[in-house]
Amino acid sequence: MSDLRELYQQVILDHQRKPRNFRKLEENCRHVEGFNPLCGDKVTVYLKLEGDVVKDVSFQGTGCAISTASASMMTEALKGKTLAEAEKLFTEFHDLLTGKSDRTDQLGKLTVFAGVREFPVRVKCATLPWHTFQAALHGEEKTVSTE
Amino acid sequence: MSLPTASPHTRSRLAPKKTTALPKLDVARVREDFPILKQTVHGNPLVYLDNAATTQKPQAVLDVLTRYYTTMNANVHRGVHQLSERATQEYEGARAKVQGFINAAEAREIIFVRGVTEAINLVAQTYGRKNFQPGDEIIISAMEHHSNIVPWQILCEENGAKLRIIPINDEGELLLDEYERLLNPRTKLVSVVHVSNSLGTVNPVKRIIELAHSRNVPVLLDGAQSAPHMPVNVQELDCDFYTFSGHKIFGPTGIGVLYGKAKLLEAMPPYQGGGDMISSVTFEKTTYNVLPYKFEAGTPDIAGAIGLGAALDYLRSLGWDAVMSHEHELLEYATAAVSEIPGLRLIGTAKEKASVLSFVLEGVHPHDLGTVLDREGIAIRTGHHCTQPLMDRFGVPATARASFAFYNTKEEIDVLVRGLHKVQEVFA
Repeated sequence: MSDLRELYQQVILDHQRKPRNFRKLEENCRHVEGFNPLCGDKVTVYLKLEGDVVKDVSFQGTGCAISTASASMMTEALKGKTLAEAEKLFTEFHDLLTGKSDRTDQLGKLTVFAGVREFPVRVKCATLPWHTFQAALHGEEKTVSTE
Repeated sequence: MSLPTASPHTRSRLAPKKTTALPKLDVARVREDFPILKQTVHGNPLVYLDNAATTQKPQAVLDVLTRYYTTMNANVHRGVHQLSERATQEYEGARAKVQGFINAAEAREIIFVRGVTEAINLVAQTYGRKNFQPGDEIIISAMEHHSNIVPWQILCEENGAKLRIIPINDEGELLLDEYERLLNPRTKLVSVVHVSNSLGTVNPVKRIIELAHSRNVPVLLDGAQSAPHMPVNVQELDCDFYTFSGHKIFGPTGIGVLYGKAKLLEAMPPYQGGGDMISSVTFEKTTYNVLPYKFEAGTPDIAGAIGLGAALDYLRSLGWDAVMSHEHELLEYATAAVSEIPGLRLIGTAKEKASVLSFVLEGVHPHDLGTVLDREGIAIRTGHHCTQPLMDRFGVPATARASFAFYNTKEEIDVLVRGLHKVQEVFA
């Protein structure tokens, strides 16, 4: 039986109250919307690439603590990463949350989201910003949905 | 016994009018009839407060389902053997029970469908398709469930009719004078929810129907949340269509009812084609069966209908006065209790309400609130409750919703309140 404290760790609550990079980016950037129709979480991820490096990434939206914290910590982790590194980070985060693997060597602070695995209904909250980021990375424009 | 005084926010519409001693529901005994309520969730007793989403089933209904499949399962209407005869009798017997439950004039005005969603789609695709011209108008309200919005949107796209929306005030009440203004010679149908699943508002449907009928406009009532919580008399209301779902009225999933006045149903073309809804079939021409079978294509949910009949019997055995006065108490108690919680805002504070409590808590997304409560064993619903336009109207992405049935107790409300305090601790 999982403790709520594993889900709502201090770091997550901190990022929910004070999300980092919570703003729009100006022009010359990609942006993609993500939406979870089951609970109403909405996130827009803004992405500025310079060559193959993530120059800047930010987000806006309304959502639960998990999706907000995930988006916030995601933007911190992705800044300055190359496209290849960003993809690897996405895969490791996604595999961890969906129970495909236990690897966390790339994740650093993001490891706190491991607790979400014990709350299967909330996994989509944590992965929504990441799927949205990935869509932006691939130059997609359609709204990303968790369903 | 005196009724609790009304809280400043709301008074339950369900308070019975008698002033003599009201029959008191023996809730403890009633709970014994619902085996699922004994469960524990994350080590805590289940506190099931999600009845607007679906209700639990009494043993009597579960027994009937088993009995059907073990002693009388056969296809209906077609056989001459005994099992088929028994199944048909029970199935049609269930139809008669529904007729009595809502006081329909004839059993053939009761169509069995999957639920309210299918019922409304049926009316839209048959009555709507046949009768609406480009520029015609359908009136719905700002508090509708998606099932009473989308079928009309699909129809409007097909035939150029327009949707008009009755606005609501900040308490979640329909603005009747705005509704009157919307009625005009192009109005062909009014389709409104009787009791809002998100707000708990009980709409003044009798008045709505009177105003529509004075202009020869028929009215469909979405009764998903009214049938389980108050006696419905379609003769008294004079609604043209009334719908409700079995699983929300302590019956099985997969079954529901569309009531329609015989005159209207007869003029409507069929919905789904297939067996049972036909009279004769050749490759050149097919003729359709009479009501209600015209609208019941294929093998129906026989067990579901019989189970629904048993659920209605069960409700009747409790007595509306006892059920309604208990739900009234629960609503008053819960409203007063959660109103004490700082930072909590009730969404839906109409003067006439059924036992639904929607709210938002400052600084905490409903989704997170729901997860914390779940750990305490409490089942509530968080989200848009299939009423996205309504959420937009109140400027919230989602609400937390606790919805009560006659088997809930004041102690369970106390657990909810303690849970909400815990939520505030976690997110302080």
